Parts: sequence; C-alpha cells; structure tokens
Amino acid sequence: MVVVKTLPEIPVKKGEPPYKIWIFEPGEKKELPLIFNLRQLAEQRRPALLPGHRMCAGCAAPIVVKLASFAFRGPTIVVNATGCLEVSTTIYPYTSWAVPWIHNAFENAAATAGGIEAAIKAMKKTGRLKYDHVDVVVFAGDGGTYDIGFQALSGMAERGHDVLYILYDNEAYMNTGIQRSGGTPKYAWTTTSPVGSVLPGKGESKKPIAEIMVAHRIPYVATATPAHWMDFMKKVRKGIEVNGPAFIHALSSCDRGWRHEESISIEILRRAVDTCYFPLWEWTPETGYVLTDRSLVIARNPSLKQPIEKFVEVQGRFRHLLRPENKELLKQLQEYVDAMWEDLLKRASNAPR
Amino acid sequence: MSTLRSWREIPLGGVAFRLSTDVKTGDWRALRPVIDQNKCTKCLICWLFCPDMSIIWDGEKVSVNYDYCKGCGICAHECPVKAISMVPEVGE
Amino acid sequence: MSRLELIPKYPREKQIMLNVNGDEAIAYAVKQSYVDVVAAYPITPQTIIVEKFSEFVANGEVHTEFVAVESEHSAMSACVGAAAAGARAFTATSAQGLALMVEILYIASGLRLPMVLAVVNRALSAPINIHNDHADAYLMRDAGWVMLFAENVQEAYDTTIQAFKISEHPEVQLPVSVHIDGFFLSHTLENIHVLPDQAVYEFLGGPRKLAKVKVDYYDEEVDYALDPARPLSMGNLALYDYYFEMKIPQLKAMEKAVEVIKQVNEEWYQLTGRKYGNGLVDPYMVEDADIVIVAMGSSTGTIRSVVKKYREKGVKIGVLRIRSFRPFPHKDVRELLKDAKLVAVMDKAIGPGQYGALYLDIAATLYHEKNRPVLIDYVYGLGGRDLSPSMIEEMINQLLKDLERGYVPEEERFRFIGVRA
Repeated sequence: MVVVKTLPEIPVKKGEPPYKIWIFEPGEKKELPLIFNLRQLAEQRRPALLPGHRMCAGCAAPIVVKLASFAFRGPTIVVNATGCLEVSTTIYPYTSWAVPWIHNAFENAAATAGGIEAAIKAMKKTGRLKYDHVDVVVFAGDGGTYDIGFQALSGMAERGHDVLYILYDNEAYMNTGIQRSGGTPKYAWTTTSPVGSVLPGKGESKKPIAEIMVAHRIPYVATATPAHWMDFMKKVRKGIEVNGPAFIHALSSCDRGWRHEESISIEILRRAVDTCYFPLWEWTPETGYVLTDRSLVIARNPSLKQPIEKFVEVQGRFRHLLRPENKELLKQLQEYVDAMWEDLLKRASNAPR
Repeated sequence: MSTLRSWREIPLGGVAFRLSTDVKTGDWRALRPVIDQNKCTKCLICWLFCPDMSIIWDGEKVSVNYDYCKGCGICAHECPVKAISMVPEVGE
Repeated sequence: MSRLELIPKYPREKQIMLNVNGDEAIAYAVKQSYVDVVAAYPITPQTIIVEKFSEFVANGEVHTEFVAVESEHSAMSACVGAAAAGARAFTATSAQGLALMVEILYIASGLRLPMVLAVVNRALSAPINIHNDHADAYLMRDAGWVMLFAENVQEAYDTTIQAFKISEHPEVQLPVSVHIDGFFLSHTLENIHVLPDQAVYEFLGGPRKLAKVKVDYYDEEVDYALDPARPLSMGNLALYDYYFEMKIPQLKAMEKAVEVIKQVNEEWYQLTGRKYGNGLVDPYMVEDADIVIVAMGSSTGTIRSVVKKYREKGVKIGVLRIRSFRPFPHKDVRELLKDAKLVAVMDKAIGPGQYGALYLDIAATLYHEKNRPVLIDYVYGLGGRDLSPSMIEEMINQLLKDLERGYVPEEERFRFIGVRA
C-alpha cells in the first residue's frame, strides 16, 4: 500500500497503486459507470475491500464484496452485521475497508442502515449533506439475515428505507464454527445438525428468504452468485438505483463449512445454479419474477439442468447422501429442488411456456 | 510490526487506525500460484475472482502479489487457458 | 450586580409558559434541539413522547426524520447508525424496551456516539407492571451512559436540552440518558417555562458538530463520522491486545463529563435563571445535618417537603438528591455526607442478593472517610407504590430513634417502606 498522502480520486488512473481508500471530495457528482470489460475495470476501479483481510483462503465472501463494490455508483456507506466478514476485515488496529464502514451488532444491520439513511435524508433536507446522494449498502450473513437479524430486516423493508441489503449466504453460522441456520439446506451436516446414526444432518429445508422479501413488495429483490459476476454487478447497481429497499440474496461458498477444496469456491457456485439448487432471478413489483443469466438459459434449454449430485458430490457436508443407504434422501433432495424450480418457472414472466 | 499503543493514542471510538494492507497474509500460503506468461491471454478472470485482491494488472501483464496471496487456487481453477499452476511453497 | 441578583438572558417573562406533562416537556425540548433523527417505539409510560413528537413531524414543525422502528433494539440501533453518520439522534423508552436496548447501549457508548435517550423509568417484568421504579435505570448503570435524573417536569425539559450539549461536548462524546419517573412525571401536568426556539438553537450551537480523529492513513485529523470524503471504519473487532486500551478513554470521558455537567448547569442558569444544585447533586439543608436522606427522581420533592417540617421543629435533617447517577459525583457526595451521622439511601429498585445500587455507590464513596456515617438502605416504591408523606415521617421517626440509640445493627440496615408485612 502506498500511504495515502495525496488523496486519490475514484476512479483511479492507469499506473496508480492497486489498493486505495475511496475518497469522494465534497460536492463530487460524477456517477461511476458500470464496467464489464475486465481490463477497463481493472484499470479504472479499485475494490472497496483491501487485501490483508483475514478471511479464510478461498472464501467467497470477499469476492461478493469486491464485485458488489465494482457496482457502487458513488459515495457509499457500508454496514456490516457481525459475522466472518466483519471480524476478519477489521481486526484492530487494521481495517480492510476503503469506504466508510460500520459494524454495530449481529441482529441490527438493517436498523443501523435505516438510521444512517434517515440521517442522510435529514442532512440533505437541511443542506448539510456533502453529496447529491450517499448510498447505504448492508453486507450480512445468513445468521444475521434469516435468523437473528430478520426482524430488523423486515422492519427496514416495511419502512421503505433506501438501503441495499446484500445477504452473503454461506448457509450456516460459519463464524462460530459451522452451526445450522435458517439458511442451511436440508440434510446438510453442521456441528449442530450432525450426521448421526439416527439423523441425516439438518432435518428442515432452507427458508425461502428472497421470496419472503418479495412478499414485502419492496422495489427490488434478486438472487445472485459471485460466479455469475456480470449478473451480480448489474443486480447490485439496480438495487442501489431503486428508490427504496432492495435485497440481494448472494450465495457464497464456505470451504471450511461446506467441506470443499478451496480452489473450487466459484466452480461450486456455478454448480449451484446449473443444478437449479440456487436459481438466478430478479423481481420488481412491475415485472414480477424474471429469470436471469444461466437460469434463463436452463429454462430455455432444460437439458442443461444438472442433477443435484453435481452440487452435492464436491461437498463434505453432503457426503453421507452419496452412501447407498441414503439414496432415498438424495432422491428427496432432487425432488425438492425440482419442485422449487418448477414453481419458479410458473412464476417467472420470461420462462418459456 | 507495530508496537502496541497506549490508550492515549487510540483514536476516538476505537476507530481502526491502520489499513490491513500492512498485514501480509502471504505467509498463510502453502501453494503458490505461478503464471505462465506465454499461456496467459490477459483475460483477467483471475483478477476478478481473487478473494485477496492479489492479482495485479499493470496494463501489460498479469502478476501475483505474494504479500497477500493465501494460495487458495481459485485463480488457477478459474483460468480458462490453465495458465496458472499451483506450486508447493518450500522452506522459508 | 450582586451575586444574588443574576439576571438571566431569558428571564421568566421572556420565556413561554406551557402546561404539559413530563413526556410532552421532553418532546418539546427535542423539537427545539434541532434533532435530525428520532427513532422510537411505543411503550408505556414513554409513549406520549413519540406521539407528541410525531405530531411535530406531521405538522412540519421539525426537519427531523422520524423512524417508527419495529422494536427498541432497532430504535437504539438506528440511533447508532444516525449518530455515526453525523446526525443528532434521540430516542425514548421505558422498562422492557430499555432491557431490549441494553446490548446496543453498550455499543453506543463504546463507539463514543453522542445521542440522547429519555428513559421514563418503569418497573421491569415479571410480574409485568407499567408503573414507576428505577429497575430499568439500574439495568443500564454500567452501560457507559451519562445518566441524569430529573425531579420535576420543568427539569425534564431543561435536562433534555442540556443532555445534547453534554453529550456532544468535544471531550465527552458520550451518549446521555435523561430519566423521569413514569406517571409521577410523565403523565402529570405542570406549568413549565420554555425558551424560544432560537435560544435553544444557539445554546446548542446549531446542528451537531463532529469530533475529530487522527488515524495513520490520513495526514490530517478527520471528522469522526461515516464520511465518504474520509472513510473510517467504526465498530471493529478488538481482542486482548487492544480491547482494554479502548475502554480506558470511556472512563476518562466520564471523568470529563463531571466538569461538563456542572458547566452546562451553570450556563443554563445564566440563560434561564434555573439551576439544579451544581448539576451533579442537588442538596437541601445538608450542611449541618445529622441525618441525610439520599434519593433520586420525583420522590425527592415529597421527601424535601416532609424534611422541611422536621427542620422547622429543629431536627437537623437534610436531603441530598443525586442528579447525575453516572458519572457518580463522588467528590460532592463525600463532601456533603462526611459529617452526617446517619444516611438513609433511598433505592427504588432491588438488586437481589445485594443492597440497592444507589446504596452501594454511597457506601463506596464514603468508605475512606474516617468518621463515616452509618448507612441504611431503604427500598421503596417498587412497581409504582406511592411514597406518601406519612411513610416518610415514619421513616424519619425511625431514623431519629436510630440516632438516639447510636448504632444500627447490621440486620436492620436494609429496610422496606410501604410493603405489607
């Protein structure tokens, strides 16, 4: 890191150091363009997350943050719920955040963001805000979203705060050591849903959190994965641009908790979409459900849909499902995924009829 | 490394006073990504997916910042032309 | 001009008289305090504050963003967010609501975020009860907040405005709670005098001003806020190598608050002609008293009126009202109580397994005095039980017997007032 003596602008210029604090001088009005050409992106934009963070090797969460930050449009405040991302990026006295960042507690990221947004509104009203707009983006894990943080999230959505809430869902309480959450899928092994002689891992299905957010009738809801990066970046930008709450459910692999090779963190997210375990869609009150990216391709060409084994076989948390005596469980899982996918196809306005 | 500071030197509210770029996570690494520049097409997929912001594009070639690279191997796995190999780190 | 004839900048005739209850008085003070964000949730007996304030918002009388959150936990969380973003924030609650907030109370003070919380004191469940005692206040005792107790509706108004000033003082930067007794003050009408809006605006120096911080990666000091012009990270993980050092400045800020509370009390006096003791303690006939009754909140007025009668009869008795529960005014309390023979500490809440919290504070403060007085802990008023003048008389008569006896056996140092035997 070059010590920031002169405070650089964002976007950065070619030849400048690769890591920078994002500085927006007061009055800055330029909106950052959304760039999909990777060379242009690498030359013009720096991620909001700096290296030197202590996330596990191969964790997808920093990729979620990095890609999301490439879609930020200007001055942005980040709110982080307690979790892996929060602790690993701000171990005192260091911070990995190149944008204004706050962590309050586990269950209140949405409420904290709501307070920030209200403050921005009040300051704008009284001519004290330095910018045209300041965006507020939340990053929270599945525990902080499905479970302990759900009330605050639902309240924030109901009150209509102009906040983009990004759930990075690694499907268990990974920060405390892999305990089951409302986001853990059925039959997954966790330390509080262990595979025993009687029970085959978690007994319940994943809570349909994104659909629950759709039911709040907020302006924008989407699912995404960092593997489908263009789709993800577009969705982040849309979520920021809408006036009101937006929710993005980003699946984020955890090599420690899912028990997979570090190098396949992105590959596994592709498989999640290819098997229709985690379909990509977006929803607005005007358009309803719309399939996007790979999921739209699969809807148009169902032969591309992979069996659930493709997702399960590379993960230790599902290893027991591959044993012959558990064939029936795997079949059930497939049927569940199929039913959810069929249901989505019925709702999606751009699915072939 | 920094010497630990007295309470008198802690900024208000315990705001972080250093950037994590001072933390060299490269020493976690067991496998080292090595880029074969002859195969590299400079597509920057590795740069895009690197969770540790350790792939550097200088406008001409792609390189690895070993100060931070934890050796996860996502870059090698995602490289469309298999230009990155993961080589065991040896000794110090 | 003699010292006795201070002419305040706004003498009574330049103030406006309102007939309001304690909740309305606080809402009015908040309205005048240029608050940017109010995030609150209804709970009896605090609800009138948010109702009244909502009216100000609905009528366009304030620029404030009113966030009608879904819980007190979110109320305090939103205030933390708002204060971190640089806004002036306020919330109010009681009892169970405060209990739900507690987690975030510690975060607000730990992050050194100025804000004001009105606590309309109410008993904690179970059994559920809506009336006044100080159990909720004692619950937040160690949360790192400056805690000020008002005695009447006028003081509720005055203290709320003062609280913003104390909280935002550059060397304090701590959240402040203003405590009024549920129903006794919150729902009781009183004629109070309020300042014109502009006077309050000037007293507070306009909108909130930010404190400065210095971090290694900027050359200059920057605003302590979530500011895209100079990003900072707030609410980091600090382990055994730094947590301890991060807590010490909180203690130092509390020490500073002792002076600032006094200062602000004096400034308020210059402005309005009203002051409350030295801001920290409000003594009544304590100097030569053999017996001193120590109390907080609205009961102090009743106690004072009874004590006055005893004084007229020649009994050397006084009352010490603690206005600032945190920071606890050790110096003043020591000075005022060291020559008393008997001190009755009135605790309006229990701490099962231990004496009441106020008693402990007084005991700890007097421990190092050579001829320290005998202390008795009186628990009274739980769940809103009235403290009548006759009960106070009975208590004083017992204290006089104790004084005559010359000692109080240990088993008699913990007494109850007004409970059926």
